[in-house]
Amino acid sequence: MTAPTSAVDVNQPSLQPAAPTGRRMSWQVLLLVIAGALALTSIVRIITGADGITNVSQMSTALQLAVPIGLAGLGGLWAERAGVVNIGLEGMMILGTWFGAWAGFQWGPWTGVVVGIAGGCVGGVLHAIATVTFRVNHIVSGVALNILALGITRYLAPLAFEGHAGGSAKQSPAVETLGHFTVPGLSDGLRDLNNNGWFLVSDIAGLLGGLVTNVSWLTLIAVALIPGTWWILWRTAFGLRLRSCGENPIAAESLGVNVYKYKYIAVIISGGLAGLGGVFLSIVANPFYLEGQVSGRGYIGLAAMIFGNWMPGGLALGAGLFGYTDSLNLRGGSTNVHALLLLGALLLIIGAVYLVIRKKYAPSMITAVIGALVFAWYATTNEVPNQVVSATPYVVTLVVLTLSAQRLRMPKADGLPYRKGQGK
Amino acid sequence: MKKFDKERVLLAVAGPVIALAVAFVLSAIVLVASGKSPVEPYTLMFEQLGFSDIQVLIINQASMYYIAALAVAIGFRMNLFNIGVDGQYQLAAMMAAVVGAHASLPAGLQVPLLLLTAVLTGAFWSGIAGVLKVTRGVSEVVATIMLNAIATSVIAYLWLPDVFGVKVGNNNTTGEMHESGWIGGIPVGDAGEIYGLVFLAVLLGIGYWVVLNRTRFGFDLRASGASETAAAASGVDPKRMVLTAMLLSGGIAGLAGLPILLGDTHTYSLNFPTGIGFLGIGIALLGRNSPVGIAFAALLWAWLDKASPELDFHGYDKEIAVIMQGLIVLSVVVSYEAVREWGLRRQQRRVGAELAAGHVLGADNNTTKEVAGR
Repeated sequence: MTAPTSAVDVNQPSLQPAAPTGRRMSWQVLLLVIAGALALTSIVRIITGADGITNVSQMSTALQLAVPIGLAGLGGLWAERAGVVNIGLEGMMILGTWFGAWAGFQWGPWTGVVVGIAGGCVGGVLHAIATVTFRVNHIVSGVALNILALGITRYLAPLAFEGHAGGSAKQSPAVETLGHFTVPGLSDGLRDLNNNGWFLVSDIAGLLGGLVTNVSWLTLIAVALIPGTWWILWRTAFGLRLRSCGENPIAAESLGVNVYKYKYIAVIISGGLAGLGGVFLSIVANPFYLEGQVSGRGYIGLAAMIFGNWMPGGLALGAGLFGYTDSLNLRGGSTNVHALLLLGALLLIIGAVYLVIRKKYAPSMITAVIGALVFAWYATTNEVPNQVVSATPYVVTLVVLTLSAQRLRMPKADGLPYRKGQGK
Repeated sequence: MKKFDKERVLLAVAGPVIALAVAFVLSAIVLVASGKSPVEPYTLMFEQLGFSDIQVLIINQASMYYIAALAVAIGFRMNLFNIGVDGQYQLAAMMAAVVGAHASLPAGLQVPLLLLTAVLTGAFWSGIAGVLKVTRGVSEVVATIMLNAIATSVIAYLWLPDVFGVKVGNNNTTGEMHESGWIGGIPVGDAGEIYGLVFLAVLLGIGYWVVLNRTRFGFDLRASGASETAAAASGVDPKRMVLTAMLLSGGIAGLAGLPILLGDTHTYSLNFPTGIGFLGIGIALLGRNSPVGIAFAALLWAWLDKASPELDFHGYDKEIAVIMQGLIVLSVVVSYEAVREWGLRRQQRRVGAELAAGHVLGADNNTTKEVAGR
């Protein structure tokens, strides 16, 4: 990620893919794949009787858990599209949680949202100064920022929260809620449909029901930010210039783009988005700041972004996957994950068949064997230990990265230091 | 360039000195902003340095920081970011504790067995990231972050009573290790004991220096870090280097938790120190990846850690030490980069001047240096 690009660079796929296939996949194929996955899930639900895996509450929880990850991922997307690797997302989220709750409990939740975003932006400014102006290694600066953010919030928390009702050195007083909304008729209708347990229909109803039941306004904003980001970055002149700084800053400069300015803007927006993710944790997901609340979500957001091939849509998918597996932790984890073992086994076997069709016999054998092992695990046990559940999202990410890292394409100048006028 | 160059020494020292000064000034500003005296916390913490029990605590803590930072530094030397030291040392300490509780050999065999367990566990965990990077091109940064999270789950699983766990009250432990695996400390009167494995840290530091500076492998590793293309052109297999460096880094990381495990706690419990791997990153940066520099950095960090609790008794918050650590890391990286560029410009100016004066540069390595610095 950081080493200079070269012919033998092990960071880079040795062959550039002919076309970024992920993006060129037609809508029909994509819809077919999604429908197939849903159908498969539905079959698994019916076989195992684990209705929890697609019910409305599960999906609603999943959405709530996916939002902070998605916001962190969006933050990463903005920074990396401008060529700055942002591993400091974690620290910026921590700043967001603290500042959001600090302003929130005194002046109301919406002020909290604004101040939390500002807190994240401050982290972004620091990162931008270090990486853009001083050309410090991006990962090093990010790690430093994470340590600093942790220190600042830990130091400030007792000063700001002790002595207030419900506040302590590690926790802020309660913040008022931002308010939820439930789409009236639709939510109930979908929930009824979901409860019927019909094949496929109920599962889709569950998924949609989760999207319209008890949704926080902040969730709505966060979801809207994904197409919003896409539109700004891929459909405006500003976005084109910003992305050009991440792909080829020298060329961008030669066309009159102020590369430093765009990088600064991108990293500050990135910090703001991560801060918003933090605010979501400390105002919506919980009504207070708690030390250690972020617990690695910034890193996971980064992983979701890489999983999504540096594209907003893929990122949303990745965040959804994380949110879903995370939600399994909270709701009847062990039985539901046990049911998902069957899904995993089925997917692996389908993958094996696909590989046979593509005449890749050796990988196909390996996939089939792993599939069989997972199936054996499913068949011989009734429950999965909780620890397996909590490790699931991370393992899934590793597996997905392992399978797809060669096809991912990050912005070409991502993570490389750039000096004004270096192309001359 | 065997000749002693005063300016080069100045450059090497300037980075850390500027960084520390900036960090202390910034933390003083934080203190003033929160309405406290900006000087007293420092004097209090310096006073702590005089107490022998605090000195022992600092040395013990520093030994673990030192090992963790060495593990990080090996990766840094070839542009690899092993963010997973944290997971590696925790998992390794747990495995060592489990083996220590179940195997009972004479001390002469038990201790090497435990060390080996830790090294292999750490290397195995980092090796996963290494293999993924080499075979599938997965960024080691993301892979090790994931592996850290997975390690947490694995540890929680191993703590289950029907696996290896032993419940002591509310605490999860792995049961007491057999005494043959304990390593006695060096008693220092009332001040406590210095962990026996502090010497392991020292040995590792010497080993690190010898391997990097006096062996072919070390040369290849540093060459890969300086310029991967140049290293590949001179016959270094980059993939093998990545994997070896990852395994080595993980193996050393595995040892980071052992001084306290074998010297004091004798079990892996919920109270076992966490986060040493992340601190190791900061320490390695501050110490500029050099074994001596890291030693100083580790001692500084341990001092901030162990002297700061005293602040709580005087109306200050000990968290100021964490802020200081964060500020130090941030100012360190910025000042190193600034000093490096300044040195580079100085070099270029000198080359320019010599060229203008009509010297032939063929024998001087300044030109190559300049290109590599880019």
